[in-house]
Amino acid sequence: MKTIAHSPHAHAPVTVSRVMLTVMLALLPATLYGFWIYGWPAFNIWVVTLLAAVIGEAFVLRLQQRPVRPVLSDCSGLLCAWLLAISLPPWTPWWIALLGSWFAVIIAKHVYGGLGQNPFNPAMAARVMLLISFPVEMTTWIAPLDSAHAPGWLQGLAVTFTGAQVDGMASASLLGHVKTEFTRGIELQQALAGYYAPLQALWGNRAGSMGETAALLLLAGGLFLIARRIITWHAPVAMLVGVFVPSLLFSSINPVHYAGPLYHLLSGGLILGAFFIITDPVTSPNTATGQLIYGLCCGLLTWIIRTWGGYPEGVAFAVMLMNAATPFIDHYVKPRIYGRNRKGDSVSLEPVKKGA
Amino acid sequence: MNLFKLRGGVHPQGRKELAEKHAIRQLPMPERLFVPLQQHVGAPAQPLVRVGDQVLKGQLIGAGQGFISAPVHAPTSGRIAAIGDFSAAHPSGLSSPTVTIEADGLDNWLPTRSVDDPFALSPEEIANAVGAAGIVGLGGATFPSAVKLSLSRKNNVHTLIINGGECEPYITCDDRLMQERAAEIIEGVRLIRYAVGATRVMVGIEDNKPVALREMQAAAAGTEVKIVAVPAMYPMGWDKQMIRALTGCEVPADGRTADIGMLVHNVATAFAVRDAVRFGRPLVSRVLTVSGGAIATPANLQVPIGALVEDLFSFCGGFSQKPARMVLGGPMMGVELFTAAVPVVKGTSGVLALTQQEIGSTQAAPCIRCSNCVRACPVGLLPLELAAHIRSGDSGAAVSRGLKDCIACGCCSFVCPSHIPLVHYFNFAKGELMEQERGKLKQSATKILAEERLARIERIERERLEAAAKRKAAREAKKRAEQMSKMEVA
Ligand code: SF4
Ligand code: SF4
Repeated sequence: MKTIAHSPHAHAPVTVSRVMLTVMLALLPATLYGFWIYGWPAFNIWVVTLLAAVIGEAFVLRLQQRPVRPVLSDCSGLLCAWLLAISLPPWTPWWIALLGSWFAVIIAKHVYGGLGQNPFNPAMAARVMLLISFPVEMTTWIAPLDSAHAPGWLQGLAVTFTGAQVDGMASASLLGHVKTEFTRGIELQQALAGYYAPLQALWGNRAGSMGETAALLLLAGGLFLIARRIITWHAPVAMLVGVFVPSLLFSSINPVHYAGPLYHLLSGGLILGAFFIITDPVTSPNTATGQLIYGLCCGLLTWIIRTWGGYPEGVAFAVMLMNAATPFIDHYVKPRIYGRNRKGDSVSLEPVKKGA
Repeated sequence: MNLFKLRGGVHPQGRKELAEKHAIRQLPMPERLFVPLQQHVGAPAQPLVRVGDQVLKGQLIGAGQGFISAPVHAPTSGRIAAIGDFSAAHPSGLSSPTVTIEADGLDNWLPTRSVDDPFALSPEEIANAVGAAGIVGLGGATFPSAVKLSLSRKNNVHTLIINGGECEPYITCDDRLMQERAAEIIEGVRLIRYAVGATRVMVGIEDNKPVALREMQAAAAGTEVKIVAVPAMYPMGWDKQMIRALTGCEVPADGRTADIGMLVHNVATAFAVRDAVRFGRPLVSRVLTVSGGAIATPANLQVPIGALVEDLFSFCGGFSQKPARMVLGGPMMGVELFTAAVPVVKGTSGVLALTQQEIGSTQAAPCIRCSNCVRACPVGLLPLELAAHIRSGDSGAAVSRGLKDCIACGCCSFVCPSHIPLVHYFNFAKGELMEQERGKLKQSATKILAEERLARIERIERERLEAAAKRKAAREAKKRAEQMSKMEVA
């Protein structure tokens, strides 16, 4: 018997893979820029991470005796690996990328039941796991290359796969540097002097993860996603506000001890986090209001961890904490139903004069 | 005029360009018409004719029964060929009682009585004329219009809203009607306003129909009718959405539009009302759209009720390619047709023959919680959550989260990147709930029956005992009387 086709008999031209591919497209400029400033090793890490994700995902699907192709073709695994790759130190050894990638797709995603079921953002979960387990490898940054020091392709392979060193490249990330200087009792202004120029930060031309630092390109990618209606402005804007407001407040009270908003907004993974990580649909709340709360808390937590926490960067931790709060937010923040009040009772016969 | 903020909704590809340029044409009278007796919400009409009877166009062939019902008239003159079950325009392929008429080709009207000044009639007379003409909501709701009119008078409706929000893609029949018969529609609108005694009357037309807007504005000039352009979006034609857009008011979830003093009618209904009141002509035909990528020449047609969908397709030059799906109504809320041998009814606004490309893929993937559905829902539901509850078999939780408020508009399914058939879930769960409720009703009905039976048995028993007692008393009385008389004799 023929089954009844249900209405609607039309569909918007969206598919999961199209959504994921659009996000990847938005990430492309920042990623290419990362390759350019950090050289071949960065590219190698990116390739290893993505490949590992595909292999890892295919492996678990086989294990569960589920069809491999439809799941792989939704591209969510690739996107997750991409996000992880660009938040790794670009010259990190290959096995870090491999471990992180497998952790992300196998443990953080498929163990929970696959796409849509994972409570934590897999890329951030993997990053946090790596940071805790391999603190040295995860915090060894390099300064942007100049052509004199740029390793060739073969040398790049050596850096990634044999851990070869190239002299004079190691450097600290901005947030890490400031934190270290603080612990040595050096004041903020001094710590920043010669190490920080906002314009440079805008371009991301400094030490950091391969894709995180290019604030401007990431911002452009994020705006592109908003324009394409893949994400909405709520969570990103709220997160930026969540960092901006306290940093402005504290730095104007005590500029010697607290860094200003510009420093915070352009540092570390904030822009990446705001536009690409906390907008991950699976692990964020469902409603606009929920996303505002979620974004705001992500921002606040990020700032708190950066300012008072033991780690220089707080985005990944903040996101994980708020991931855990998402079901809670979704439970309490629900849209009002037409003709009913927020409690779900029918509105009185008095006309409701407000829109939604 | 200020419009009010709306929530949700989607912007599907209009696809109206297929049919919107085609003026309304008359479908040549088919040889046979199949007129179902149930074309409306409520009780089916009772057949008044017998096989072999000759009928004239507009003659009553089915009488409405009960408060919510509508009569059915012969759409052309001819002979009644059969009365019996015929497959109805329903995906189940179920059949319903249908009167089959063999057209004699003359199309002779029953003599009708015209009224020169319909505004001289009393409001009751207008409501009666509308009821006698068998007019139902032509937007698709098919609720008997006369019932709505009289309810509105009782509820002191102050605002009449005429729905020109033809938001379903492809469908252009109301658009064409407004372009070509604006003056008639406005007269119908004014008649309805007069009949219900409303003080305010607005026609909401989507701004993607500029010609219709212009024509209606011209026709409404100098009258109390106000034409308002509303944004083109789906589901603008949902009456509650139209109310919100035009007045900012919300209809209570447990109430009707009349509770907040509003009445909504569709433009095509207004047109039919005018025909009925001024010329005494019952509703025997309607304008509908034949469209879709598989139709050779899409069209807007004036079609007698009871014409078969296949007649329409062949009049439109047949298919340019094999349709992947035939749909009755619009693509967002219409139902799939398995056969084109089903009749057009009063509520049919269009028939579509769609290609696979137009339908889109239907392979469902897991929910990625993207909240597209949440943003699209005009009611303010959380479709992904409802679906999750239903999938886990917990329809109670779905109901507490507003399942019954879902209008099955299809916005959520439309935008879901995972192509999850959300509306399907909701309709399925609603059907199940209805079953349960019916079951409960049945149970209570059985219980009442059982109690009645018990009471009856008790009563009979009591009566038997009483009768026995009476007999006994009578016997004893007789005995005593006999003894007495014996004693007297002695
Ligand atoms: S079908 Fe129901 S749940 Fe889906 S958008 Fe329409 S009203 Fe909302
Ligand atoms: S639109 Fe589909 S995938 Fe997105 S949240 Fe709703 S049900 Fe899930």
